[in-house]
Amino acid sequence: MSGQGVGARVLRKEDGRLMRGRGQFVADLRLPRMKDVAFVRSPLAHANIRRVDIPPAYRGDVYTADDLVGVKPIRAVSGLPGFKISEQPSLAAGKVRHVGELVAMCVAATRADAEDIAASVRLDLDELPAVHDMLAGRAPGAPLVHESWGDNIFLETNVEVDMGRALNAPIKVTREINTARQCQAPIEGRGVVVHWDNRLEQLVVYSATQMPHIVRTGLSDCLGLDQGQIRVISPDVGGGFGYKGILLPEEVALCWLAMRCGYPVRWIEDRREHLTASANCREHHYRITGYADRDGRLLGIDCEATVDSGAYSSYPFSACLEAAQVASILPGPYDFPAYRCRTYSVATNKCPILPYRGVARTGVCFALELVLDAIAREAGIEPHEMRLKNLVRPEQMPFDNITNKHFDSGDYPEALRRAIAAIDLPAIRERQKRGEADGRLIGVGMAIYCEQAAHGTSVYAGWGIPMVPGYEQATARVTPDGGLELRVGVHSHGQSLETTLAQVAHEVLGIDIAKINVVHGDTAFTPYSTGTWGSRCMVMAGGAVSRACQEIARRAAEIGSWLLKTDIDQVSVRDGQVIGPSSSVTLEEVARIWYLRPQDLPAHVNPGGLEVTAGYKPARDSGTFSYGAHVALVAVDPEIGNVEILDYVVVEDGGKLVNPMVVDGQIYGGVAQGIGTALYEEMPFDASGQPLASTLADYLLPGPTEVPQLRILHMETLSPYTEFGVKGIGEGGAIAPPAAITNAVNDALQPLGAAELLHSPITPRRVLESIAAAGHSRGSRETHS
Amino acid sequence: MKPTRFEYERPADIAGAIALIRREDIAVKILAGGQSLGPMLNLRLSQPDLLVDITGIAELKRVEESADAIIVGACVTHADIEDARVPDVTGGALPGVARGIAYRAVRNRGTIGGSLSHADPAADWVSSLAAIGAVVMIRGPAGQRTLAIEDFMTGVFEVALDPGEILEAVRIPRLSRSARWGFCKICRKTGELAQAIAAVLHDPERSVFRAVIGATESMPIVVSDATSLFSGKPSGSVPGVFDSGAAKRMLNASGMTDPLDNQIHVAALRRAIERANLA
Repeated sequence: MSGQGVGARVLRKEDGRLMRGRGQFVADLRLPRMKDVAFVRSPLAHANIRRVDIPPAYRGDVYTADDLVGVKPIRAVSGLPGFKISEQPSLAAGKVRHVGELVAMCVAATRADAEDIAASVRLDLDELPAVHDMLAGRAPGAPLVHESWGDNIFLETNVEVDMGRALNAPIKVTREINTARQCQAPIEGRGVVVHWDNRLEQLVVYSATQMPHIVRTGLSDCLGLDQGQIRVISPDVGGGFGYKGILLPEEVALCWLAMRCGYPVRWIEDRREHLTASANCREHHYRITGYADRDGRLLGIDCEATVDSGAYSSYPFSACLEAAQVASILPGPYDFPAYRCRTYSVATNKCPILPYRGVARTGVCFALELVLDAIAREAGIEPHEMRLKNLVRPEQMPFDNITNKHFDSGDYPEALRRAIAAIDLPAIRERQKRGEADGRLIGVGMAIYCEQAAHGTSVYAGWGIPMVPGYEQATARVTPDGGLELRVGVHSHGQSLETTLAQVAHEVLGIDIAKINVVHGDTAFTPYSTGTWGSRCMVMAGGAVSRACQEIARRAAEIGSWLLKTDIDQVSVRDGQVIGPSSSVTLEEVARIWYLRPQDLPAHVNPGGLEVTAGYKPARDSGTFSYGAHVALVAVDPEIGNVEILDYVVVEDGGKLVNPMVVDGQIYGGVAQGIGTALYEEMPFDASGQPLASTLADYLLPGPTEVPQLRILHMETLSPYTEFGVKGIGEGGAIAPPAAITNAVNDALQPLGAAELLHSPITPRRVLESIAAAGHSRGSRETHS
Repeated sequence: MKPTRFEYERPADIAGAIALIRREDIAVKILAGGQSLGPMLNLRLSQPDLLVDITGIAELKRVEESADAIIVGACVTHADIEDARVPDVTGGALPGVARGIAYRAVRNRGTIGGSLSHADPAADWVSSLAAIGAVVMIRGPAGQRTLAIEDFMTGVFEVALDPGEILEAVRIPRLSRSARWGFCKICRKTGELAQAIAAVLHDPERSVFRAVIGATESMPIVVSDATSLFSGKPSGSVPGVFDSGAAKRMLNASGMTDPLDNQIHVAALRRAIERANLA
């Protein structure tokens, strides 16, 4: 049983079913009398609804906003001053504000039949000019997504610290940088099955969600039901990435339908709905200026950032989380004295934006790291040398940065030095001088970030959104045969928590992880939790499991010491046993006596027995800061614009690693998605607000052949604030690749004098355009001395 | 994304298939593997009343090898060609093309006849078989006829099949031992539809020198005498110097005006020529 605790490389418990195709996803459910739903969705980005014509044959099978009496719209309000509120109806009433918005709900025996009905419903729409571009949407006179606002700004924020000190810096570099709108593209889309349970007088909602308890709270608000009348079950879920951290209008509509109809109803999102209708992510624009001295020491950053928030504020994270985060995390892992950042969250006629793995960090890392490379070129120094002059140093830790982020621990320069050594930069520079036999150009690029994870009450209370995490709770229950059940409110959909939380429990109690069962994804059985997001689960739920198991150990020690006829302070619990000075008793025997032979218990025994719910927060709840340095070596084909990744090094510090194989898996998956952001993924829109990528033939995702063999190196600097010193690392892999790869491409194209690439993804066309621009104007480049 | 309702038939012979597809009172589609039609049905881009699945017809899987050619039935799969279950008369050219089509799962079901009849400009066979000089064999109510591949495709997703006609087989000429072949496909990632395709066949023993610029906005540009793509004097087996200007003019003449797109097409052609050892 040894070798299963914190730090052990054990195989995943959940793979037994998942790798054999025996997972139970929402679409696998087959309930008696269940019917399928298809939606009539808006074909236009912005229009007034004149009429919805339902063929007489289908009246009774089609529902519109007029039918959903008493159902409230989804409201995700932020407490930040000036935030403007949007109301997202479950079925559009009066007006549609993005392509794909729900207008009518059609129910039939099969999905195909429901789609037939949906195709027969005629929408009479009065098209309005659309806001298809966030910068245009900020301008006076733009069409209004929400008329009552007077403009299209959900929220504007300003941060400024000593900006005046930097303005006379000898190096001043300004760039306009943007990241494309993307889709999160989990393998499983969203899916909802709802039925009304007459025995319990309860709505039972199966939903592919990362946060079942939050969905329950949101549904209760919209439907006017008591929370006790709603049970949300998220069974096996095929990837979340933030896409499943939202209350869906489809969920609200299906709940209403199930209550009205009395039979189970189902909606399974298809890929076109995912790509064009439900929610997108990542669309940022930056106008950013970096100030530095001649040696490349950073003197200040000045930025105006705009985020395309889409038409509605999504529940619970709101329309402003992304931009508000931009302002607070743009400084990254660097130490510099002057900072200004103004952000705009802009409403547009596109589907809402959601936080995607890395949230705003992928965008800010892209903007900042591209500017740092530009500064390094101005200063005439290697980009890693420039960064080493500016990274927060280990002796400064813990460090409060310019936006009051509290970096808990780490050695950022060492991570970069190790990454540069692993890629062998001097050898690459030599190779670049020699040139490539095939005519391609090679380049090296890097990016370094720190990732605030598991940030809690103090951070979220400031944003004032519908969800503020408090203590995370876990229940530990020893079974009568000495096994263990763990009940957690977070959800595991790729994070491997069924394994890693068992490892935490094993670390405390020594019970074989094969006998530890992690129960999650059901509001009926688990403690309330804000769910799985923000790389928080190992810190928060892992901490709660540890605390609950420590209390179980105390209770077992009490019973065990009685059985061993010794004092409680003479025994310890390890390896699944209560061990006394001269003898021991197994937890299995302790459990058997508690449950089956209570007559053998001491009179004063703790009546709570072998079941404990414990709550946990780290000693500081401002978040752990894992960090990573990514270095990419790429080859660019200047004739056709293709980019190949030749080598990719990740040096990651996630504090104590509970299961290093699981951590590597998280990094692999994150980097794969980061490569998608860097090179492939883009959801374009035309001027009328039509999304132009409606299938995976148009929306390109990286596949196995596009993801290179990564070289992952670990550092383990413990967090001083968490159980075991763990840090959250789930999102990190997706943060740095766009910046590292783009910097590498720009490095490769230097000999051609190509214009810097500043827009992700780096498509062949953008590469060719930047080469074609060689010798022409250098864009927004500004230098003065 | 579920298809509209349709009837499904799986005839056992070509005559049975023709009897079904010649019906004019309903919309009929032939299913020959379904790797393009399947998604189109689900997206409701194609809404037939009747789907005629021809993959159960043994005659359409036949392979007939002769001294100067091989006849390959329409329902031979890409994987059959890739794995050389069909004899290769092209010195490795066609198995090489097959290996690069989409993904293995697609190649296992997708068929040569289905791909040609679908006539997607970005697909591999419409371009590569035109360069090889293959001929399609068509059967219909009025009997059999043949067409050069380049005359078979008439536009984007359009082919020269009359009502009731079906592509029965492809006749692929046997290349000389000295023939040189070069093929280049440029796409954004493995398995994607091509941004550019180029193929070159130089087979002096049979007096054949053909080239194709494919994956254009419409039909492939077939150059039946590829010496027009070269300038200067032939030297040994090298026909001269590749004239990228000539290729650009052909692209422009076909309506392709975007200089960066054309640059990629010209690069593909140059690489195909290099791979044929003609540069």
